This record gives sequence, structure tokens and C-alpha cells, in this order.
Amino acid sequence: MKNVLLALLAGLVFGVGLVVSGMTQPAKVVGFLDLGSGWDPSLAFVMGGAIAVHFLAYRLVPKLERPIWGSAWALPTRRDVDLRLVLGAVLFGAGWGLGGYCPGPALTSVVAGASSTLIFTSAMLAAMWAHSLWTTAAEAR
Amino acid sequence: MPPEFTPFSSALGGALIGLSASALLLIQGRVAGISGIIGGLFTPRAGDIGWRVAFVVGLVVAGIAAALFTPELVAVEVDRAPWMVGVAGVLVGLGTRIGNGCTSGHGVCGLSRMSPRSLVSVITFMAVGALVASLVGALTGASA
Repeated sequence: MKNVLLALLAGLVFGVGLVVSGMTQPAKVVGFLDLGSGWDPSLAFVMGGAIAVHFLAYRLVPKLERPIWGSAWALPTRRDVDLRLVLGAVLFGAGWGLGGYCPGPALTSVVAGASSTLIFTSAMLAAMWAHSLWTTAAEAR
Repeated sequence: MPPEFTPFSSALGGALIGLSASALLLIQGRVAGISGIIGGLFTPRAGDIGWRVAFVVGLVVAGIAAALFTPELVAVEVDRAPWMVGVAGVLVGLGTRIGNGCTSGHGVCGLSRMSPRSLVSVITFMAVGALVASLVGALTGASA
């Protein structure tokens, strides 16, 4: 139960961070990515602020035997670069540049009232669902 | 009309995102990758659902609160044709699942962990995102 409450709080703080940072406004994301007109560097400050804090947190991981409330670390260990990684990043980048939303801001704003956010987030969730059906079927073969 | 440059609020918001990710990491040992958190809900495993749902509820509640007090920050239409918005959603959904992460998982968490996979991912999606946004901007004159 406490893990669920912590995740709720973490989601809340994450969402407030996205709103305060300006990332729930697609125009600010596209203003960073579109190098053509009046470039807006704000997105780099969002990444910088987040990484500055989180980089320090990672320095504590080797000092802890296990997570404070957990039994083991559930962290990615792969270091190989494969085609799927690059192909996925190409597709994601294309959608990000086209729509101005990545998954966090899309979910945060989904019921805020804009119809384009609802279209984007529904399409995104449907594609994720389709991908999970595909991979589950592929694993079963 | 390009948006205003907001270095202070953007860095502050970024720090809150980093704080949230750090709490999940140090307390639960988990990575705050949004696409991964949602993706796990489509292939549910026993005992691994509650925290994912709770995190997403937290995000949505933050968005609802913002819509009540500062709607100009969250209730904004994208300056693109609806079909483009739909295609963008499909690309983001598929791409983040195929490539195992998005701006949070590969960007914030992966770069903080100094993961070579995440560095390749971030460089790739930033470059392609810049290419597509610049092309669409040049062709339509829209700023999203």
C-alpha cells in the first residue's frame, strides 16, 4: 500500500513538474525542435534541471544495498545498441516533432480539455496496446 | 509567434521531474520511464499493476488541477491538422515501445545513469524530432 501511495505522489510531482516546465504546451516542445523560426531553448533547461537532480540520486545507488522500501533494484542493465532501439527512437522522434507531445505531457493533459490532446493520447495508447498484442503473439509462436 | 523562453520555470519544473524520478529510484528501485510505466499496464503481471496505475493517476490529477488553476498551461490545442495529431500519437506510441523508452526513461533516467543505449536513443529522437518539426514548420508555417 505504501508503495502505491508513493507512486501516486511521484506521479503528482512529475505531472506538476511537466506543467511548471512548460512541457504540457506542445508549442514549447516544437519551439525547441523547430530550428527554423524563433528558437526556444527552454526544453534544454527542463532536461538539465531533471538530470542535475537525478544524476546525484544515481550516485547514491551503489552506496545502498537495496532500495529503501524494496528488495531489489529493477534497473535496466543492457548496454548493447541494436536496430530496434534506433528504429524506435526514429519513430518516436518523428511523432514528437510532428505532434509536440511525448508520453508524460500527453497523459498529464489528456483530460484538461483540448481535443487534440485527447486525439493524440488515444492514438498513442492504442498503438502501445497494439504493440503489446503483437509482441505477446510473437512470443507465443 | 514563437513561445517565450522560460529558463527559470523550465529548470524548476525539470528539477521536480528529477525529484520524482529520484524518489521512485531510491525508495522503490524503479525507473520513472513514462512509456514503460504505461506499457507494463498492457502486459500486466501480478503485483506489478497498482504502482503503475497510481503513478498515472498522479499525472492525470496534476493535469486536472492545472486545468482548473492555469488552463493556459495544459488545455492548449496543437496547431496541426487532426490527422497529423493522430499519426503523431501512433508514432510516439509505437516508437517508445519498440525503442524501450521516451524522454523520461531514456532522456532523464538513462542519461543520468550514463547508459550508452539511452545516449544513442536521445541523440536519435532529438535529431529526427528537429528534422520533422523544422520541415513541418517550414511547409505549414505553424508553430504547433
